[in-house]
Amino acid sequence: MPQTLFEKIWNRHVIVQRGENEALLHVDRNFVHEGSFHAFKALALDGRKVRKPRQTFATADHYVPTRNREQGLAAVTDPEMLHMLDLFEKNAKANGIENYFGLEHPQQGIVHVVGPELGITQPGLIITCGDSHTSTHGAFGAYAVGIGASQLKQILATQCLWQKQPKTLRVTVDGTAPAGVTAKDIVLAIIAKIGTAGGTGHAIEFAGEAIRALTMEGRLTVCNMAIEAGARSGMIAPDDKTYAYLAGREFTPRGLMWDKALLFWQSLPTDAGARFDREVTLDAATLAPMITWGTSPEEAISITAAIPDPATASDADKRSHMEQALRYMDLAPGTPVDGLKIHRAFIGTCTNGRIEDLRAAAAVLKGRKSVVPAWVSPGSSTIKRQAEAEGLDKIFIAAGFDWRASGCSSCAAMNGDSVPARERCASTSNRNFEGRQGKGARTHLMSPAMVAAAAVTGKLTDVRKLMGI
Amino acid sequence: MHPFTNITAVAAPLDLANIDTDKIIPARFLRRLREPGYEKLAFHDIRYDADGKDRPDFVLNQAPYKSAKILVAGANFGCGSSREAAVYVMWDYGIRSVIAPSFGDIHYGNELQNGMLPVVLPDATCQKLRQQLREKPGAQITVDLETQTVTGPDGATYRFEIDVNHKERLLKGLDDIGLVMQNIKEIEAFEKKHHEEMPWLA
Repeated sequence: MPQTLFEKIWNRHVIVQRGENEALLHVDRNFVHEGSFHAFKALALDGRKVRKPRQTFATADHYVPTRNREQGLAAVTDPEMLHMLDLFEKNAKANGIENYFGLEHPQQGIVHVVGPELGITQPGLIITCGDSHTSTHGAFGAYAVGIGASQLKQILATQCLWQKQPKTLRVTVDGTAPAGVTAKDIVLAIIAKIGTAGGTGHAIEFAGEAIRALTMEGRLTVCNMAIEAGARSGMIAPDDKTYAYLAGREFTPRGLMWDKALLFWQSLPTDAGARFDREVTLDAATLAPMITWGTSPEEAISITAAIPDPATASDADKRSHMEQALRYMDLAPGTPVDGLKIHRAFIGTCTNGRIEDLRAAAAVLKGRKSVVPAWVSPGSSTIKRQAEAEGLDKIFIAAGFDWRASGCSSCAAMNGDSVPARERCASTSNRNFEGRQGKGARTHLMSPAMVAAAAVTGKLTDVRKLMGI
Repeated sequence: MHPFTNITAVAAPLDLANIDTDKIIPARFLRRLREPGYEKLAFHDIRYDADGKDRPDFVLNQAPYKSAKILVAGANFGCGSSREAAVYVMWDYGIRSVIAPSFGDIHYGNELQNGMLPVVLPDATCQKLRQQLREKPGAQITVDLETQTVTGPDGATYRFEIDVNHKERLLKGLDDIGLVMQNIKEIEAFEKKHHEEMPWLA
């Protein structure tokens, strides 16, 4: 019987079946970051230790400072944050976790950037992490899910996870994306179409010409935001681009093991005729660079559009949310978004902090200057070094951007890199909820090139017009 | 884990849809340890004004609703971040059940893991319940897991669905780790076979 990519992975990982659709699944890779302290504490209170440290990968990202990093821990001035980093290291040591990429490790970075770039993330695996953006790893054809602290504790103790089998949703994006339309714009368009609860209860597979055309980094951006459509997981079938990306990375198999792994990976893509519970399609040719105007990732429109009127909302809840969003964001229906003044610009995060994202922003910034405070935090220390080798740092600095160390930074501002109240920040991150980047902060999500364009004009700007494309 | 059987308590209407977990506990508080006083962080930025005083328009600040143990909310409750602290702050405040038309997947699971019961009822029912609670501040609702029923302030009853395994675990207060380790032989046998087939993962 034809199977989907998701079904093939799920079926291969079932240890015990309970009832019709709940299974105890084996977890191949469990990632942890500093937020894991609740889980580790509960584990220790139970008198337990991590059962499979070799399948556990730890990286410090949420609380690491992005400034004065050369000072190491001395750069962490907040005692609570210092405590988080300290607990994280203690927990890793106490449990024999050798795959530990702490604050001062040369390969430290944001967990969902480090996993793929080191080849830890591979096709056909079940991957977990105590972070909702774990869906990112699905770009390699893995079933990657975010979990809470209690489930993290279970995985640390057992290397297994009870899961109710989700339904399947295929989002097919066919056609060719026009110039200036990036992976970020594609996924924002998908979320705008299906809504922040559109994928709830489903595992999403992204398919179609426009998805295939994306690089691995573009695919990571798309899968990163599956959770913003309500889906715990999003995945893209592996193909030659995936295998080329993986070859030679630190944790990727070599020699005979590579040959075996490759055969397994090539068996994974969805079979012709396989059935999905739901199907949605988009035409990439109709897309434009997107920006979010509201306080939900689904409140996104083309840069060429105007702020929508809540009266046109399809239901009372949406209308009420839009009205509240307009109040919080201090925006009026009917205002064209092109030309909206911004106060800050931020490039980074697990959504758009990779080398191609930095290159795209640098291409816009070259020879121009930011007119607002702006900063960039590369997705990992490795990417930062690569960017420096390419001279991108000089471009960012010449444009007036603060070139910072790697961390989650202003995504959720948990390390203190916050945006002041009532200021608009053009951001490459993934959430624009009220207060996400700081109490009262106003977030506008967009692609790296669009953030760069907004930085140099001081307004939301159609990057295609700025660049003449 | 505390077992959940049934509860009859004051219920508070939360009229916003899409209450994300950043609203339930802002990110800057996630580094706090779960200690006495933790419940003060629940819904922090919509609960207090800039000076730290109670905002009179937030339902849990209004006298009849302060002792609420049940919340009736709008669609997509708990969407967004996976932070389990969103459950901790509500639990420590005293909330034991949330009734909503839908929940963010990860948050739904986090409630179950902590002995809190997420109840899914149709949107129209939730709207009706919230209206009744607004009209009669301090009114009580009963949530009974065994019979899978919610009894509204006017005595009307509504059936809710819940996965049979989730129900059993909640009723018995079972910790998943114990349940998992009962299967240790199968787990070890699986891992051996899995790593024989794919030795690069061992």
